[in-house]
Amino acid sequence: MDATTLEEPQPAVQSGHGIKAVRACTINQPVEALYNFWRTLENLPLVMKNLVSVTPISSTRSHWVARGARGKTIEWDALIINEHPNELIAWKTAENSDVAHAGSVRFRPAPGGRGTEVVVTFEYDPMHFDLKIFSRLFGKKPADTLGADLYRFKALMETGEAPTNEGQSAGAGQKEEAA
Amino acid sequence: MKALCWLGKHNLGVENVPDPKILNPGDVIVKITTTAICGSDLHLYAGYIPSLKAGDILGHEFMGIVEEVGPEVKRLKVGDRVVVPFTISCGRCHFCQHDLWSLCDNSNPNAVELEKITGYSTAGLFGYSHLYGGYAGGQAQYARVPYADFGPIRIESDLDDEKVLFLSDIFPTGYMAAENCNIQSGDVVAVWGCGPVGQFAIRSALLLGAEKVIAIDDVPERVEMAEQAGAQVIWANSEDVSDQIKQATGGRGPDACIDAVGMEAHGSTYDAIKQSLKLETDRPYALRQAINLCRKGGTVSIPGVYAGFLDKMPFGAAVAKGLTFKMGQTHVQRYLRPLLDLVEKGAIDPSFVITHRAPLTDAPKAYEIFAKKEDKCIKVVLKPWEDGAPGANGEV
Repeated sequence: MDATTLEEPQPAVQSGHGIKAVRACTINQPVEALYNFWRTLENLPLVMKNLVSVTPISSTRSHWVARGARGKTIEWDALIINEHPNELIAWKTAENSDVAHAGSVRFRPAPGGRGTEVVVTFEYDPMHFDLKIFSRLFGKKPADTLGADLYRFKALMETGEAPTNEGQSAGAGQKEEAA
Repeated sequence: MKALCWLGKHNLGVENVPDPKILNPGDVIVKITTTAICGSDLHLYAGYIPSLKAGDILGHEFMGIVEEVGPEVKRLKVGDRVVVPFTISCGRCHFCQHDLWSLCDNSNPNAVELEKITGYSTAGLFGYSHLYGGYAGGQAQYARVPYADFGPIRIESDLDDEKVLFLSDIFPTGYMAAENCNIQSGDVVAVWGCGPVGQFAIRSALLLGAEKVIAIDDVPERVEMAEQAGAQVIWANSEDVSDQIKQATGGRGPDACIDAVGMEAHGSTYDAIKQSLKLETDRPYALRQAINLCRKGGTVSIPGVYAGFLDKMPFGAAVAKGLTFKMGQTHVQRYLRPLLDLVEKGAIDPSFVITHRAPLTDAPKAYEIFAKKEDKCIKVVLKPWEDGAPGANGEV
């Protein structure tokens, strides 16, 4: 790990082949709290709705389980490829995984005591996915899925809960939204 | 429980639905004692607000008794009597902490969808479409209230529900509209629209020291209610509204203009046709007039609900005259305590605006009467626990 430069993650997705989604938000919390939450990878299913679990295997390798179609799960290993405490975490899927995905999260202080700016980048290679698995994992609009996940992260960090109306009362005309 | 559900355009029904549950640790469940129909509910009723779903429970003006509290709620306890703001606000984001509660960052679960239209998401609202969070509303026997430590205000005194209920929306909304006028000594404030929000804007402008308030409307009972508050009335259907306003202000124009009409203004066939054909989302007739008649360097304050794109705004006039525009959903939490103080010390009795009382079971009929302004209807209060037996005086 190079302590002085912030390198882009090594591509698990070949340049020019991927779908890239970038989202930024400002969170009214100190950077340490945000970094520590994210670096504790087991926490990620709390903010990423499609994840079932993330289990660290070593300091850089982790095992991810996500919801698939019809109650099945999709699993892969991911590697942290760059890490600067309170600044950056970058990862990619391990070689020979069923999914090809790379991402990074950057943290920087927001001006004027507004907390911390968080920028998340996800790249996927849809050619490397079964289309059903892909939309299951990342939604029909990957940037929206990432955006919703980031809002959930912000709400959880600022208020201790994520806003929801799932399970609330409604008239009989309302069908449950497909999960 | 019983709840008023939106079933489609001009189609409402009182249905039996499951009781609400605590879904987040900061929630409470409120047993609703009194609720009301807001003018902005009529935009939902008429189908002008997108992203409603059949079965959505409407209503955002309600109060009641805390029935159940979530594990993280510290400020409220079971049995507390509370008025609930229509804005759902987390209390801890940058905006809430800067007293801009309706701009809350965290309370809208559908933020990703709303920001596609507005650029950035704003607060969730009770019973006001899925773009604004899809939260079940308060025209029901119970409601789930999120972020309960930051929203509801406890009513310690024995003031009637009808005197405090409107802290939930229309009193703060009218008050903020007047406060946004930055009223100085000698100022004349003109208010377009004498519906409930206009009525509170008129009274608030006078409380805040306006020299004179001019009220513009053409519904006799609303005009009469504005006159009772001390406003000078100009009939909106007269041909020389602008001449009358100029005469009433010595040719200067009003120092501030409040558009308390919003997206369904009457008076423009052009807008009515465009809106019905979905070529325009709103009918901004009153706003155009307010901009044209506002004095040089004056303020246009917009509490009325506009939902989308407005045609033929006289922006050149606004620029030429150096107008200031102030607008937005009400930061209700900011006003709860100071306005409750005004009610408690008798400076204003908000129940003046109520013309109709009905059990919740009669709500669909009440919406119709309110929408058509039949029977001199200005404001309807609903009682969720009374049965539908016809009663005396003013009942629907």
